[in-house]
Amino acid sequence: MAEAHPVGFQWVMEAKRRGAKVFHVDPRFTRTSAVADSYLPIRAGTDIALLGGVVHYILDNELDFREYVVAYTNAATIVTEEYADTEDMHGLFSGFNDDNATYDQASWRYEGHPQDQTTRDSETQRETAAGLENESHGAPVGGETERDETLQHPRCVYQILKRHFARYTPEMVERVCGIPQEKFLELAHAWTENSGRDRTGMLVYSVGWTQHSVGVQYIRTGAIIQLLLGNVGRPGGGVMALRGHASIQGSTDIPTLFNLLPGYLPMPHHAEHPTLDKWVDSIAHPGQKGFWGNARTYGVNLLKAYWGDAATADNDYCYGYMPRMTGDHGTYQQVLDMIDGKIKGYFLLGQNPAVGSAHGRAQRLGMANLDWLVVRDLFMIESATFWQNAPEIETGEIVPERCRTEVFFLPAASHVEKEGTFTQTQRLLQWREKAVEPPGDARSELWFFYHLGRVIRERLATSTKPRDRALLDLTWDYPTHGPHAEPSAESVLREINGYDVATGRPLASFTEMKDDGSTVGGCWIYTGVYADGVNQAARRKPGSEQSLVAPEWGWAWPANRRILYNRASADPDGNPWSERKRYIWWDADKSEWTGYDVPDFEKTKPPSYRPAHDASGVAGIAGDDPFILQGDGKGWLYAPTGVLDGPMPTHYEPVESPVRNPLYRQQANPTRKVYTHPINTLNPSPPQEHSDVFPYVFTVSRLTEHHTAGAMSRNVSPLAELQPEMFVEVSPELAALRGLSHLGWAHLVTSRAAVEAKVLVTDRVTPLRVDGRIIHQVWLPYHFGFEGLVTGDSANDLFGITLDPNVLIQESKVGTCDVRPGRRPRGQDLVDLVVDYRRRSGNLVHRYPPMVTTDVADSSSDQEA
Amino acid sequence: MGVRSWFEGWPVYRQLTGTDPLGRGAAAKSDGSRALTARTDTADSMARSVCPYCAVGCGQRVFVKDGQVSQIEGDPDSPISRGRLCPKGSASKSLVTSPLRQTTVRYRRPYGTEWENLDLDTALNMIADRVLAARDETWEDVDAEGRPLNRTLGISSLGGATLDNEENYLIKKLFTAMGALQIENQARI
Amino acid sequence: MPHANALYGPLDPAPDAGYENAPPRMGFFTDTSVCIGCKACEVACKEWNGVPESGLDLLGMSYDNTGALTANSWRHVAFVEQPRSAGWATPAFAGDPDGPAISPATAAVGARTSTDTGTDPGLPTGSPAAAARMSGGPEFLGMPGAQPPGRGSGAEGRTDFRWLMMSDVCKHCTHAACLDVCPTGSLFRTEFGTVVVQEDICNGCGYCISACPYGVIDQRKDDGRAWKCTLCYDRLGVGMTPACAQACPTESIQYGELDELRERAAARVAKLHERGVPEARLYGHDPNDGVGGDGAFFLLLDEPEVYGLPPDPIVTTRDLPAMWKRAGLAAMTMAVATAVAFLGGRR
Repeated sequence: MAEAHPVGFQWVMEAKRRGAKVFHVDPRFTRTSAVADSYLPIRAGTDIALLGGVVHYILDNELDFREYVVAYTNAATIVTEEYADTEDMHGLFSGFNDDNATYDQASWRYEGHPQDQTTRDSETQRETAAGLENESHGAPVGGETERDETLQHPRCVYQILKRHFARYTPEMVERVCGIPQEKFLELAHAWTENSGRDRTGMLVYSVGWTQHSVGVQYIRTGAIIQLLLGNVGRPGGGVMALRGHASIQGSTDIPTLFNLLPGYLPMPHHAEHPTLDKWVDSIAHPGQKGFWGNARTYGVNLLKAYWGDAATADNDYCYGYMPRMTGDHGTYQQVLDMIDGKIKGYFLLGQNPAVGSAHGRAQRLGMANLDWLVVRDLFMIESATFWQNAPEIETGEIVPERCRTEVFFLPAASHVEKEGTFTQTQRLLQWREKAVEPPGDARSELWFFYHLGRVIRERLATSTKPRDRALLDLTWDYPTHGPHAEPSAESVLREINGYDVATGRPLASFTEMKDDGSTVGGCWIYTGVYADGVNQAARRKPGSEQSLVAPEWGWAWPANRRILYNRASADPDGNPWSERKRYIWWDADKSEWTGYDVPDFEKTKPPSYRPAHDASGVAGIAGDDPFILQGDGKGWLYAPTGVLDGPMPTHYEPVESPVRNPLYRQQANPTRKVYTHPINTLNPSPPQEHSDVFPYVFTVSRLTEHHTAGAMSRNVSPLAELQPEMFVEVSPELAALRGLSHLGWAHLVTSRAAVEAKVLVTDRVTPLRVDGRIIHQVWLPYHFGFEGLVTGDSANDLFGITLDPNVLIQESKVGTCDVRPGRRPRGQDLVDLVVDYRRRSGNLVHRYPPMVTTDVADSSSDQEA
Repeated sequence: MGVRSWFEGWPVYRQLTGTDPLGRGAAAKSDGSRALTARTDTADSMARSVCPYCAVGCGQRVFVKDGQVSQIEGDPDSPISRGRLCPKGSASKSLVTSPLRQTTVRYRRPYGTEWENLDLDTALNMIADRVLAARDETWEDVDAEGRPLNRTLGISSLGGATLDNEENYLIKKLFTAMGALQIENQARI
Repeated sequence: MPHANALYGPLDPAPDAGYENAPPRMGFFTDTSVCIGCKACEVACKEWNGVPESGLDLLGMSYDNTGALTANSWRHVAFVEQPRSAGWATPAFAGDPDGPAISPATAAVGARTSTDTGTDPGLPTGSPAAAARMSGGPEFLGMPGAQPPGRGSGAEGRTDFRWLMMSDVCKHCTHAACLDVCPTGSLFRTEFGTVVVQEDICNGCGYCISACPYGVIDQRKDDGRAWKCTLCYDRLGVGMTPACAQACPTESIQYGELDELRERAAARVAKLHERGVPEARLYGHDPNDGVGGDGAFFLLLDEPEVYGLPPDPIVTTRDLPAMWKRAGLAAMTMAVATAVAFLGGRR
């Protein structure tokens, strides 16, 4: 966190000054480790084993916050007897389908729930990254559950959890992660001791957790711990995703993602959502409890925002205009389709996949096989000059005279040359004022897309083709101003917020939205940001003049709420768990919820409220159910549906790993998304043969001095000079083993690429003892590329493409490689080197690791064997 | 300037007659030093902004003089950052004023070996032509069972996560209306 | 009249330099125990003061690619990797299959590298022995490769580790030899007690460079002038905080009235001692030291030499009065002798 989010880290340092203990888990010793109270070196890709160890420790010693767990989580809920656990199936859950490598989730359901509770099949969910929809709400599940609040029932979630994590002992943590038991126990002690009524513990993570083939489950494990310890919905608690880009939260809320519409509404699927009603019902699940019951309202408001007067009840609000998904249309599928010549044109908007995405060579070859490419950026980035300067020019794989891609480079406006909102990592929208005009031809994306839309609509003005109606009926009348006819960002924000059609009055809350077309709202979770016609995101009341919560600085979705599910900061009766951790509570005199934040609960619903048997939607949520966007109002220790790789996290090895999974016969995530394409070669891993050709683990991350793919730092002199060259950090032991010298050169080889870097031999990297073997790890920054003030090979070139099944995010935090002294070869020699490695690893003929390995009992640690 | 004031301005005179006989302080102060002031104090305007790098969302104050950014520093009012910035945030002025920034449209024709210049309006129109052509060539009305698809898979987009919410909203709205599905963002990565 | 301690000993420098009703002396307290090595100070300084780039070479001194304070780097973050306890933390690598520490050897390799900073003398190429010492280990250990990997966690294996970071800056000495020797009056004492090079006066003679006991002063090759930290004299004048201290995310760099900073620093040292960090100590805080105390002083976690700081800096003009006295005496003797000779001659 000190490395990548130094200013956020001031709060950690402040907590430390007040006596908080800071634990840092990382494959290498970083600037965060330097000031932490305890540093735990870990083998990259084994966090579920570590966190599972903590779950085991909590349950084994009954250290959970029992009152919270019983009341607020689904610990007491009973699961159907059809459910079978990884304990009994070599690492698979019940319901696995070999044909398409997905789970039928029916056997995971709660006792008494209908078998068809999930209408969507798992393969479609994987192809459409359906897990992302759950960023604003839980997966659908009925509200009525059978419970045993003594937690003794053998099929209650608490007991299932206990059994599932039984083998995640401190010894096993040491074997899998390479973390000595004493270190692990220090962490487990501190975490549990600092949680409960009077204290809360916090968990902070970044893409070190998400960029894995089982990434969602990393975070699930963290969430399970936090729920068991009562650390969710309370001040100083929570699971904090530290996101890495100024508005990456905004980019999911108002997504430019293929599978989502604003506010986490799913992009329609051709088979599942042929009509508006089917679309809405698939989200709302009629009869289900919780706030998501209003899906129709949110959907209709979006359609009205898009198509205005043309959208009426009679035409299903133009739902028919929506394009339909048929499967995976994600960025990696697109790149493979580019290589295969299926895609004509590509827009890159402040993004540099030639450096920043996994498998850089595939990215560049894809771009070299387009009809046209539009690059909008501040700087001349690698993704704009691939036809001129890519490494593939040297190898002859791209020849400028034979590369047909027409490239438009359009300069973009910087953050001070336009106005608008960023949504930062805590869901806080902050409005930026414009300071100066953009230079020359530089323009905002707002300008570019508004005017592109204007020109396209003008061209089609006389068209009679049905396909053009969606463009012609689009509301596209934003006022413009200034010499360049810049569209008004505030008018767009007003549309996002929503307003009453008749009066134009901006809506104050999404609860004011109607499903009859009388209101418009472009993103329901953002409604309120323009309440009272005031740009609430522009509020700048100094922090020093406000409470710690600082509610008058910017605006947080939803409803300016700063801590989600904060009803959980009070006990079931509505009283604070302790004075020290007072946050939101029930004021019996006024009969309302009150506190330091906006209550995440219906303001006047008393703690004693119990829903009628057949109540649905919001009315179905009891007065002591804080998790109001879950169908059962509970925090999920166990996910009866919605998480495609299992109801509970399980340690699987990364797709490329030098070791056989010590925990189960099942080696890697059996439901991961695999692309079988000639360019996407993968290194073999146990139980496959020849994994020893790539014996070392490599991982990549950021440096404080650089930013992502480097455009915004390698082109900026005071940053470039601070980290001027690509380097690789190796331990003294590996340096000795491979003959590497400090400040000399080394190159790393995978079955995709060879990448060279200067060597930093440092005590900050340590070998680990894993399952009786010594495992060496190396670390590289991924910021470098071939353009800019400082250049170097791109670490992301080393990765293949394998994705998490829930959200289709790539495994780009861990892979295997060989490490060799000296510079990499050039030209054809470079190609030959990589091919030779592929040949030696048996991968010349295309071979992918088997999805299921439960029939191979070669793990020395196979406990069932 | 009279001879007298000229003479009194002479450091040696000041040194000999003033309170700084060793001539190391007040007497040695130059005209430049006397005229010195913070350029934030003399800026024409100041915009309240937000750092464009990571997602912490640190407040920035952008000072402008003569239409140019003259300084960017932390906003002490921000309850998030309390006026502080990391090295990247601190480099924001160099970012936006970098001599390496591109300010004109550049065009590489198919099979070309050099960049060419292009007028912005021409580029916009050429891109509109290509979008419409690609859409027409790859349009899919219905699937094999006759269910609507209303889409093109011939166009892709990948956005960075430094785009404003308002920009993402228009991008998604326009592409959705034209049937372009393959719209992605750093948020996937 | 000049103060009795005008050239050596405790002193409030601004009044001594002729400022009537001078504001309180302002300075920096840099607490290295909370430094996270982010280098925001280096960048914020460059942005505010328009300091040029200082070279694009990987130096291999841990994460330090700046190397030293130069005319083109007025803040410099030093990184020191040491195989020893951080005091507050659990041993970093206890139980891991490590061999002996390598950091002294890598520091030695790094110390041989340097980059063209565009300044003179710029970045000195250090001696391997000094670098080895910087790592707090034994003397130069030789190149990596001494031990086979995974030899177990025996006594020779590294178990403990700490990574020290420190943002260095001009010390703004109470007795600043640089300004004492400046023949043009370019270097001067401000009303805040700080020491500033006036770019409109400096003629690039370079006398100040050798006068600085800390090796801070350096001149640019292109214009020949000396440049260094001004403690943001322009910002101070309008009541603002210097750019580096304003940016510092963890309050490692604190700016304020020197008296108050010294009290704060003493309390911080006491607290660290209480928390089991006995090696915490202040550097440059003592008005009775060889430079009369620094306007920019530090809390260190090891010997000053480890951070590349002189252990006992002495103002290079300390002996000037005595020398002047002797010179005066000699001159007088000469005059008397001449007179005697003259008078004698008349005889």
